[in-house]
Amino acid sequence: MASIFRTLADLWSLVVGLGITGKQFCKPGVTVHYPRAEVTPEAAASFRGPIELIGLDKDPAKPKCIACMLCVSACPSNCIAVTRAPTPKPTPEELKAMAEAEARGEKPKKPAPPKAPGTWTYDFSLCSLCGSCVEVCPVDSIGFSRDIYMVGTKREDFVFDQLARLARKAAARKAVPKAEAKAAPEAAPPPAPASSESGAPGTATPASEA
Amino acid sequence: MNATISFDSVLHVVLALVGVAVFVGLNGLLLVYAERKVAGFIQRRPGPYEVGPQGILQAVADALKLIGKQLVRPDRADPLLFWMAPVLAFFPVLLLFLPIPFSPLLTGWDVNLGLLLILAFAGFNVLALLLAGWGSNNKYGLLGAARAVAQSVAYEIPLLLAVLAIAFQEGTLSLTAIVGGQGGMPWQWNIVVQPLAFLIFFVSALGETNRAPFDLPEAESELTAGFHTEYSGMGFGMFFLAEYANMIVACSVCTVLFLGGWKGPFLDGAWWFLAKVYGLLLSMMWFRWTYPRVRFDQLLNLNWRWLLPLGVLNLLATAFVMKL
Repeated sequence: MASIFRTLADLWSLVVGLGITGKQFCKPGVTVHYPRAEVTPEAAASFRGPIELIGLDKDPAKPKCIACMLCVSACPSNCIAVTRAPTPKPTPEELKAMAEAEARGEKPKKPAPPKAPGTWTYDFSLCSLCGSCVEVCPVDSIGFSRDIYMVGTKREDFVFDQLARLARKAAARKAVPKAEAKAAPEAAPPPAPASSESGAPGTATPASEA
Repeated sequence: MNATISFDSVLHVVLALVGVAVFVGLNGLLLVYAERKVAGFIQRRPGPYEVGPQGILQAVADALKLIGKQLVRPDRADPLLFWMAPVLAFFPVLLLFLPIPFSPLLTGWDVNLGLLLILAFAGFNVLALLLAGWGSNNKYGLLGAARAVAQSVAYEIPLLLAVLAIAFQEGTLSLTAIVGGQGGMPWQWNIVVQPLAFLIFFVSALGETNRAPFDLPEAESELTAGFHTEYSGMGFGMFFLAEYANMIVACSVCTVLFLGGWKGPFLDGAWWFLAKVYGLLLSMMWFRWTYPRVRFDQLLNLNWRWLLPLGVLNLLATAFVMKL
């Protein structure tokens, strides 16, 4: 008997479901009719483009990356290759200090390798955009770009040197405010998402940049 | 039933059948387009968009493609049964439109057993699905056909019980007379007196027409396409048209029995009938894009444990009240 009443009460969920779909029916569509309509930054906000490095807040040309290699091991398709930056050669003063320390019988203080990547290569042709690297990165140095216009004609076009890319992007971002101040707005490239959502990844002009 | 068969009456029926064929064909195009647009809007997509303004010619393009395709029969499928099934699915449906009163003047064949005629010939659809599944020599087809038979046989009973309740109440099986027994205002319709019968009828109609959430005979996820797996081109097109025609019949009968047929608050006529039918069709599409497909045991449980007892109780109550 109780189960009968419960079933009858559960019927209400059918009405709730109809209400949800009915509400969605009345709302405007979210599809962007791409070649006819321009993709707005809001529409591209959820786009998962090829991953890219995120720069430091102070120096956007340098990545936050600490070369911990977690992304390399997390990647299921082995599309990330990172090498540590080489240990800098000790200066003559440091060499002298080390020799003195050794003579005193202490352990010499060798210069530690910097916590930064030397090379950071990413092969987009292998990437499945699963986001494991984005999730695993302890310093949030990896993010999805929003390069919706990215095209290429050969495999090599999709192998990115992310450090160089980040530097280019930072330079472009630095140049944009000046250029905008000088030139009329129509001179800027049509997608021009750089002006909005400053600081978010992938906001530089993508096609020309990639 | 009127037994005198004159040339005039035959001509009338033939003309009505031609009219019905045109009506079904045009509505097939319209409903396919409407269904895809409804699906699109519910999922906040544009739906068909490219062929013609707002995609209105998409259904026409699809129909032309289906007509232009080669008819393919799988190796070792039974040629007779395989080709008979789509024909048998589509043509009896045209007959179902004959007794439906679109308006007092616009009735194909006003028989006093119209309801019985519709219920009897609606059974052909099950046979067609069975033949299609069996004849195509395909395990998915056969499973789909078996499901279709079990489902249709089960859902026919509560459907009949709901229809019987109205027939008891009105004391007739003539669709025109049933509409005549109702008034123009919404509170004079049978749905107010018999809400439970309406609910049972509509749910059973969804089951009978194999519409979601009861579209198990063609469950894509487990049976590829069920009974019409092996059909392409116009073979598939006939099943498709038959499905939509069956939906229109079910909604028309529902309109006649429960929603006052061609009667409205003002200006009685076929437009009221069509408006109600399209309203019901729209809600069928709304259901399809809202509810997930039920499991087969859920499907039969719903029928045998809920609709059937409720239908019997409703019928008994109706009989009791009518006797008083």
